[in-house]
Amino acid sequence: MTAEALLAWARGPGMQIALAVFFLGITVRIVEMLLIGRAPDLAAPRKSGVAAGWRTVFHRSLPTPGMLKRSPLVFVGGYIFHLGFLIVLVLSVPHIELFHGVWGIRWPGLPRSLIDLAAILSIGAMVALLVHRLVDPVRRFLSRSGDYFAWTVTFLPLITGYFATHHMLLPYTQMLAVHILSIELLLIVLPFTKLIHTFTLFLSRWYNGAIAGRKGVAS
Amino acid sequence: MKKQVTLGEQLRQRGISRRTFLKLCAVATSAMALPPAMIPRVAAALDKAVRPSVIWLSFQECTGCTESLTRSHAPTLESLIFDSISLDYHHTLQAASGTAAEAARDKAIKDFYGKYLLIVDGSIPTKDDGVYSTIAGRTNIDMLKEAADGAVAVVAVGTCASFGGIPYANPNPTGAVPVSELVTDKPIINVSGCPPIPVVITGVLAHYLTFGEIPALDSFGRPLAFFGESIHDRCYRRPFYDQGKFAKSFDDEGARSGWCLFELGCKGPTTHNACATKKWNGGVSFPIESGHPCIGCSEPNFWDGGGFYKALSTTTRPLANWTGAAVVTGAAVGAAAGVAAKRKRSAAKRAHHTVTADELKKKEEA
Ligand code: SF4
Repeated sequence: MTAEALLAWARGPGMQIALAVFFLGITVRIVEMLLIGRAPDLAAPRKSGVAAGWRTVFHRSLPTPGMLKRSPLVFVGGYIFHLGFLIVLVLSVPHIELFHGVWGIRWPGLPRSLIDLAAILSIGAMVALLVHRLVDPVRRFLSRSGDYFAWTVTFLPLITGYFATHHMLLPYTQMLAVHILSIELLLIVLPFTKLIHTFTLFLSRWYNGAIAGRKGVAS
Repeated sequence: MKKQVTLGEQLRQRGISRRTFLKLCAVATSAMALPPAMIPRVAAALDKAVRPSVIWLSFQECTGCTESLTRSHAPTLESLIFDSISLDYHHTLQAASGTAAEAARDKAIKDFYGKYLLIVDGSIPTKDDGVYSTIAGRTNIDMLKEAADGAVAVVAVGTCASFGGIPYANPNPTGAVPVSELVTDKPIINVSGCPPIPVVITGVLAHYLTFGEIPALDSFGRPLAFFGESIHDRCYRRPFYDQGKFAKSFDDEGARSGWCLFELGCKGPTTHNACATKKWNGGVSFPIESGHPCIGCSEPNFWDGGGFYKALSTTTRPLANWTGAAVVTGAAVGAAAGVAAKRKRSAAKRAHHTVTADELKKKEEA
């Protein structure tokens, strides 16, 4: 198979399969979770939990006091990786074109140099976090193969995207094909691995916040 | 057999001065992507070059490749090359027609067997025994095989001959194939492009004349000197690409300011050709310079690439309905799974026996 054929497959049928699995998987899992729900809380609520639920969704994105001191690398690295990844994903022009191609909506993007910066920081943070996971005995003990798998499938799109735009390692056509395929892999496994936290974190935060809210305590 | 006149003699007879000749050699040298220091060697080689016989066969094609070559203005490298080869058969350009033309081809094949260069433009239909394109009652397959047998090398001019091109595009009704699928025992040089740049065609011929061998090729059999870099590598709009400045329509501020055409579907990043450096129409411009995105015409399957006006990073299939359907199905499956889980939970609850301390004690005693 030539690089051209691979790229054509990745841009056509490959993307079709990946997006179908992704959306199917995500909705199956979220709808199922919502339907199962939680055991009814029979105690009289002190307050409604709704507002507390929403508050928790937002404020858990902010660092808790003391966290920076306790594990600075996880704290700083975690933020840099997540924000960098998000910036690259939604603000790089080729990606915006993809969203436009699928759903017909478009927004302004960032210049390449800024996208590059975000990508490099994100890649650096991921590497640092991996090393930390491997070196720190407690983290290593807690890590399972699923953690390393999730790291790999997240790392691949970032690094191949960077290589493709900079014409490194492989000719552009090949690297672009590899990059798109790596995204398709990520899309396919995301609903069925830990990576589903991309969506479920909002649900679980809301539940936590709401439970605490009904009890009238801080979450 | 024809008298062997060298190119130098021939040009002198026609009153071409040494100065003009050297100028043309300089152009030829740069066309072959060789350093200027090579000019004297190229001049010496071309001066002594004996006119090689060339047979040009046109199959399933639109004559764009021949047009591309013949429309370049004299005196150019193209005219030099055309003066220096003996084009013994080219059914668009030759004066002879009918049986006389066919006889000329037969004669050239016989006289120069094992020595002539075969140029082919157009793809070759193979379906239904190749009946979809015949010349003088003979199929293209037949004619190609016969002519290729006695050739030193085959130059596939244009994307149709190199990769199948437009006739090869889905659903390929004639079963068209490129030259390389039928000729497997001769060196093949693919000079792709729809049409190829004239100077690229002649550059390849100049290389053959000068060195008597075929130039270095890439993995698609294309001369590296011309197809080594992508359009995007050498595009003058590249700084805009890097700055994230893109034209969003053919008539917006970006288009007027000459910004990058990536969003309008430019295939420059995946296309290898010399348009951005050699340019067209005697070096005037190339498609991107005229405001149109590159359509990737020198790459295999460019016609089936999912649309000329779709950005490279986008999908080639409409996916909105597809994702919508996935969400709806997902919701249904999720609902079923949720209900099943709930049922399981209530069943477990029903099946649950509460045990009192007394009962446990009794059990222990028993
Ligand atoms: S116009 Fe095309 S080839 Fe030129 S920089 Fe933009 S994408 Fe690359």
